[in-house]
Amino acid sequence: MRHFVEELEQLKAKLLQMSSLVEAAIQRSISAAVQKDRSAAEEVFRNEARINQIEIEIDEFAISLLVRQQPMAADLRLIVAALKINTDLERMGDLSVNIAERAMSLIEEPIIKPMIDIPHIAGLVQSMVRKSLDAFVTRDAELARSVLASDDAVDSLRTACYHELVSFMEKDPQNIKPALDLLAVIRNLERLADHSTNIAEDALFLVKGIDVRHHAEARK
Amino acid sequence: MRTNTALRNLDMPMAGYDKPESRAACKISATNLNFYYGSFQALHGISIDVYANRVTAFIGPSGCGKSTFLRTLNRMNETVRSSRLEGKVRLDGEDIHELEVSEVRRRVGMVFQKSNPFPKSIFENVAYGPRVNGYESKSALRDTVEQSLRRAALWEEVKGKLHDSAYSLSGGQQQRLCIARALAVDPEVLLLDEPCSALDPIATAKIEDLIFRLKDSCTIVIVTHNMQQAARVADYTGFFLLGRLIEFDSTTSIFKAPARKETEDYVTGRFG
Repeated sequence: MRHFVEELEQLKAKLLQMSSLVEAAIQRSISAAVQKDRSAAEEVFRNEARINQIEIEIDEFAISLLVRQQPMAADLRLIVAALKINTDLERMGDLSVNIAERAMSLIEEPIIKPMIDIPHIAGLVQSMVRKSLDAFVTRDAELARSVLASDDAVDSLRTACYHELVSFMEKDPQNIKPALDLLAVIRNLERLADHSTNIAEDALFLVKGIDVRHHAEARK
Repeated sequence: MRTNTALRNLDMPMAGYDKPESRAACKISATNLNFYYGSFQALHGISIDVYANRVTAFIGPSGCGKSTFLRTLNRMNETVRSSRLEGKVRLDGEDIHELEVSEVRRRVGMVFQKSNPFPKSIFENVAYGPRVNGYESKSALRDTVEQSLRRAALWEEVKGKLHDSAYSLSGGQQQRLCIARALAVDPEVLLLDEPCSALDPIATAKIEDLIFRLKDSCTIVIVTHNMQQAARVADYTGFFLLGRLIEFDSTTSIFKAPARKETEDYVTGRFG
């Protein structure tokens, strides 16, 4: 195997290491919010620095490959996609921290409604994250397109939850703080879904060399 | 010069940067071109439109036919004994085999891999073409030499020693002198066959910058082994393999997402 091909494999391996840390952070932040698991939230806070560190390592490695190898075609697309996915993953780590912070607040508050919608949205979001990363790793354009389609479902669930939580707040001012925390959790989950769609778009760029951002027709 | 380029780039349609332009006029077209060295067929059915005032690069492994194809564009291949050509090459719609060969070579100039100045002074090298064509007065000849050397970005370096031997110049300067010599007869098309392969990076950068500026007044076709050079200078790139034109597209498309696997394998270095 050529040395450059080995280096591209290393870049992918590093990105996978990053994505497994971020997926774990998302899982723990959701557990913290849904199951009121304080230790899971604390684990998210502890791992953030590691995610940030790997982000820098991936950027430096990818830039050194661009400089030294002057890659073309699929190699170029892999490195460009890796750089963009790296930025998305780091941001997803930050969003997990946001969710974990809201979870710490929710742990101290009374339960205002059964946790049904948030686990539902969280399940959808985690599936999108998994699929978008799988699409990148296995170069599966169809899987990437399926992620783009899921984003609408998350958006409509978020809107439904928003209306429900507003009505809770209107009924009793005691509900305002926990409802705001729940709204923040939902907003962060929705942003995680948005970053998954970015990763799916990058996977499509990698496989097909096309840019589907902001083009509704091309996404189908 | 850099500022002008930057300003001009502001007007470029960035979104469609890697899409072929529909507006660019065709300068040279080849249709179903087959070329033989004796019984060996070096080119197989090449059809292509070369766009006016654009830089078109041909890449491909050694022996793929890219230089052979370049030489069919100004009938340079006719100098090879027992060679044979089928198909048509048209310059502005005219079959180049129905024109005088001297007219074809004047309108379609060529610069080779190894700089080949005549054993004459710098001035005489550039003046040679206009003199042979016999339509220059002495003062007009001086103007033509100066203009050609300026267009080849060599004037400032040689203006004080025009009557020194061309051999006193460095390799990079000699190559720019050959470009100036080609420009002196005001060609419409300039064919460059590996023009930088013997040059250092600084001389190469000067030639590439020159190519970029010349395309305002010329259509440029360049054959290069150096893919990064094609990526830097060319608007369009064609990939040759085993005498066939495998793929021809905007340079960005060829190097970002080529349509053919053979092109992908070559530009990523996985060829063979």
